[in-house]
Amino acid sequence: MRSAAQIAADVRSGASSARAELELSLEVIARRNEELNVFLHVDEAGARAVADAIDEKRSRGEALGPLAGVPIALKDNLCQVGVPTTCSSRILEGWRPPYNATVVDRLLAAGAVPVGKTNLDEFAMGSSTENSAFGPTRNPLDPSRVPGGSSGGSAAAVAAGMTSISLGSDTGGSIRQPAALCGLVGVKPTYGMVSRYGLIAFASSLDQIGPFAHSVADAALVLEVVAGHDPRDSTSLPEPAPALVAHVNDGVAGKKVGLVRELVEGADESVVAAVRAAADALSDAGAEIVELSIPELALTLSAYYLIAPAEASSNLARFDGVRYGLRVDAEDVTAMMEATRTAGFGAEVKRRIMLGTYALSAGYYDAYYGQALKVRTLTIQAFDAAYERVDLLLGATTPGVAFAFGAKTADPMTMYLNDVFTIPTNLAGHPALSVPFGTGEAGLPIGVQLLGPGRSEAQLFAAARVLEIADGRP
Amino acid sequence: MSDALSRDDVAKVARLARLSLSPEELDLFTEQLGQVLEHARDMNSLDLSGVVATAHPFGLTNVVRADVVEPSLDRDAVLAEAPDARDHRFAVPRILGEAP
Repeated sequence: MRSAAQIAADVRSGASSARAELELSLEVIARRNEELNVFLHVDEAGARAVADAIDEKRSRGEALGPLAGVPIALKDNLCQVGVPTTCSSRILEGWRPPYNATVVDRLLAAGAVPVGKTNLDEFAMGSSTENSAFGPTRNPLDPSRVPGGSSGGSAAAVAAGMTSISLGSDTGGSIRQPAALCGLVGVKPTYGMVSRYGLIAFASSLDQIGPFAHSVADAALVLEVVAGHDPRDSTSLPEPAPALVAHVNDGVAGKKVGLVRELVEGADESVVAAVRAAADALSDAGAEIVELSIPELALTLSAYYLIAPAEASSNLARFDGVRYGLRVDAEDVTAMMEATRTAGFGAEVKRRIMLGTYALSAGYYDAYYGQALKVRTLTIQAFDAAYERVDLLLGATTPGVAFAFGAKTADPMTMYLNDVFTIPTNLAGHPALSVPFGTGEAGLPIGVQLLGPGRSEAQLFAAARVLEIADGRP
Repeated sequence: MSDALSRDDVAKVARLARLSLSPEELDLFTEQLGQVLEHARDMNSLDLSGVVATAHPFGLTNVVRADVVEPSLDRDAVLAEAPDARDHRFAVPRILGEAP
């Protein structure tokens, strides 16, 4: 598949057109979506109108944006005017947002063509896309396995060649983990780098929107387009988007990279070997590798699975059958709300709402939520101490390669443990990315994770590019 | 930390969260939520006295804008997505009155 940068260049030069690129994309979707269950909604008419408008703009001689005519897939928790947005939940089935997420406005302004909405674990709660009310997504590399989650549909869209790029959201690893399992680059930006306006909230202090792409350069291109201050998100960083594409080939000469014991411990042998090989590749490119231990990271899973559900229980209180989505009628308003929420939410969402409600309830707040917020502080301090010694950190993204359907659904803890390497970053608000590096069981891709302090995206992309080249993708 | 989670605790939490659970769901959730809370006990190994809680990664303060009227979402477009709307308002079943 051609890169997003190449498609945009071809559309700008006239070697191709936005409409032709869109039809190519729709053709692959038509051929593979039934099997893979990637898109919950394909907005053919809307996308054709957007593509035709770009081609008309070009024929009038107007300048086109950096993503001119590039089809893009959007995770179905991002709002787009008039396009059904479900969060893979029955409670929002049929709802059409009356406004665009800021990222959607920015993509449109850059000339991108949103083709449709992709499947996810309901309200982004899960690591396999098996929690979707509309059925699981299959991994295009091996349809008997999960694509990861929660942004499994957005990863699968790119892995299947339906689009060259997509957007997902990452609360505890929901971009990096599916990127690893589908052989893609996936980026969780610094908290506040990308506006959350129009992203349906799961855990507001952890959620960030970020890109999926086949290449580091494409991921940098998309992030550059969607990043930057937005007055509509009060947690948005007060600065414009950083230059990222220009730094992709900066390399790692003279950088110190910490290989973190807690971010590989317990991973499959092939994953550990891939991370070690990645360290060697960075070292060959001039980086100094330092092995280090950050014991505090071992406790972040517990803190995360109290903080995220606590915020979710509050955020999801808005789904009560009054203003949007499903309503199940009943005698009085309280019974209506209870009937609506009981019918509209799936088991995992109910589990997390209850966990969060419990952790926030009188008598338990200090013991659970309060403790978790303190562990969050320790996590941040531990990362800060590490970044005084090194520039970036290296570890695994996931303990293993893509797993089979049903392999981790027996009890919730088994699935939660799959997020152990990605969660610390979200608690700290730092950026991290996953880049494919080597293969494991059954020839499936392995992702290695690069982490950095706040606003270190340009350095992360440069290091990922070194690994991409070393892994044979010049 | 606190004692093990009981079935009554789970039933109470479900009521607070406006969810109704079947007896089977109550049993299952009691066990599953108990597992997660049990795992959370590993935080007890830390001395957290004197550690300040972090609710937000960058410690933001309130953000305010100038008090200028700006256009907001179109009322009719918003109400068109509501399950029930009457006279430019969201409509809901009875809120006050005799207990059923």
